[in-house]
Amino acid sequence: MNWLTEFVRPRVRTLLGRKEAPDNLWHQCPQCQQMIFHRELEAARKVCPHCGHHMRATAQERLTWTFDDASFTRIDLPKVPADPLKFQDKKRYSDRLSDSRKKTGMDDAVLVAHGSVGGHKAVVMAMDFRFMGGSMGAAMGEALVSAARLAVLQRAALIVYTASGGARMQEGAISLMQMPRTTIAVQMVREAGLPYIVILTDPTAGGVTASFAMLGDIQIAEPNALIGFAGARVIEETIREKLPEGFQRAEYLLEHGMIDMVTPRGDLTATLGRLLGLLHVPAAEPLAA
Amino acid sequence: MRHFLDFEKPVAELEAKIEELRRMTDPGELNIAQEVSQLSDKAERQLRNLYGKLTPWQKTQVARHPERPKAKDMIAGLITEFTPLAGDRAFAEDAAIIAGPGRFQGEPVMVIAIEKGSDLDSRLKHNFGSPRPEGYRKARRMIELAGRFGLPILSFVDTSGAYPGIDAEARGQAEAIARGIDACLAAPVPFIATIIGEGGSGGAIAIAAADVVLMYEHAIYSVISPEGCAAILWEDRAMAPQAAEAMKVTAQDLKRLGIIDRIVPEPLGGAHRAPDAAVAQLGEAIATALAPLKTMAPEALRAKRREKFLAMGQSAVV
Repeated sequence: MNWLTEFVRPRVRTLLGRKEAPDNLWHQCPQCQQMIFHRELEAARKVCPHCGHHMRATAQERLTWTFDDASFTRIDLPKVPADPLKFQDKKRYSDRLSDSRKKTGMDDAVLVAHGSVGGHKAVVMAMDFRFMGGSMGAAMGEALVSAARLAVLQRAALIVYTASGGARMQEGAISLMQMPRTTIAVQMVREAGLPYIVILTDPTAGGVTASFAMLGDIQIAEPNALIGFAGARVIEETIREKLPEGFQRAEYLLEHGMIDMVTPRGDLTATLGRLLGLLHVPAAEPLAA
Repeated sequence: MRHFLDFEKPVAELEAKIEELRRMTDPGELNIAQEVSQLSDKAERQLRNLYGKLTPWQKTQVARHPERPKAKDMIAGLITEFTPLAGDRAFAEDAAIIAGPGRFQGEPVMVIAIEKGSDLDSRLKHNFGSPRPEGYRKARRMIELAGRFGLPILSFVDTSGAYPGIDAEARGQAEAIARGIDACLAAPVPFIATIIGEGGSGGAIAIAAADVVLMYEHAIYSVISPEGCAAILWEDRAMAPQAAEAMKVTAQDLKRLGIIDRIVPEPLGGAHRAPDAAVAQLGEAIATALAPLKTMAPEALRAKRREKFLAMGQSAVV
């Protein structure tokens, strides 16, 4: 079975310069409570111009900000079995899925696209926290494996934006098995001699942190992003004391040697482009006129 | 005194009666002997009944039974010349993971095991089987050592999860687990993992991404503890039995889902009733699983292992 014909169907969608109509002209910063005009916020890539707070971004926004000229080609991801365990808590998993799909317009918590980053070939996977907390189920595993295969095929770098509460409990051990599965994806890119760069965004936790999110050749985090394995409540219950200020924040991880740098969103694209160049990632073909 | 689980009450009562009869009278007396044998039969029937249809929550209790054989018992029963090695060469020794070379049926192997401890002192010493990053880094060191010297790897998993503490986070618990999984998948030698009690999430998979994953009949393996899942999704820890049911944590369910490869039978009434027999059963299962892997080339082993994990969740299994 040919993977290409199975999976990178020519049904790719180019999302050039698409803009969402704002439903509100003014936004309030959740950190400093100041009001920000929507155009100004958009131009600042959702970073508060008053206090520098990095607001959460959607997968679509990540792709738009990362690729040169906001131009990229999204790939369709293979379908995975929906609700393999027929899981139901207070709500059916299948209902949670359809609610999230309606809310985000996405199939699952992740988008994959390829294009040019700083003039270099790159495949980017971006996670979206709005979709069931960016949780990792089989679809996430499938997305990273697909992204890795595409990167190897194109001799492109693999760049991943993480945003996730962790494993998707509604898929039980199948979600746990996405930890080795995504690790294999990372190994494929590594063995092909291509760089794998992770950008940890707020929040990244649990099984996602404990697999592909911490295996980057280069680990970048956004300022003040919450990054950890165990949740704050679980830790507090275990040790029966309050957690220190700044615990599990990007700067804390930097100080403890767990990441390479904390990079403000405004500098991210330039940093990525520079790194891809330094790591010998082939140049992207110029965009068709 | 044997420790009885709540659902074992009827058996406990019968066994107490048997014990009483035995103590009270001359065991040689015929009618008493008869009574004892009748009661014993009844107790056995009840055990068979109970253990033949344990719910996922009851299995969770059995998997956590204080008298259930632990990793140390597996090592004592199955491994000769076991030589534990210590330390992650970076920060500390973590006694939650016991690891080192030894012989399985005469052949050198590498053992990596999470030990919960069996009394207060040993539980404290082994941190109740919750490893810190140092434990996983030591495990990774052993996997690499095994690879260099061609030793098949046997791992024994029994943990409620990796330790959730400030120190563990500060020293990169997530990274240590991720690198553990990475090392498992890269190992150029046969790798058999066994879930002997609790297979708690990332803390388990860090040493269990293996060629063959065995699981005891009444062990559990899950992405989060039933209590944790209940607390998050039901907002009520008391819903743990429902969470255990919904998450499909039993060996039987996981075999059906293709997450584990083989189920190791336990003696009637659970491994804690006859630890030696349980350990011997596992020994047989490991030998059977190991034999065909020994003849495989390193590249073929790795490729097959990858294929197995790459397929998980990819296609409809249920």
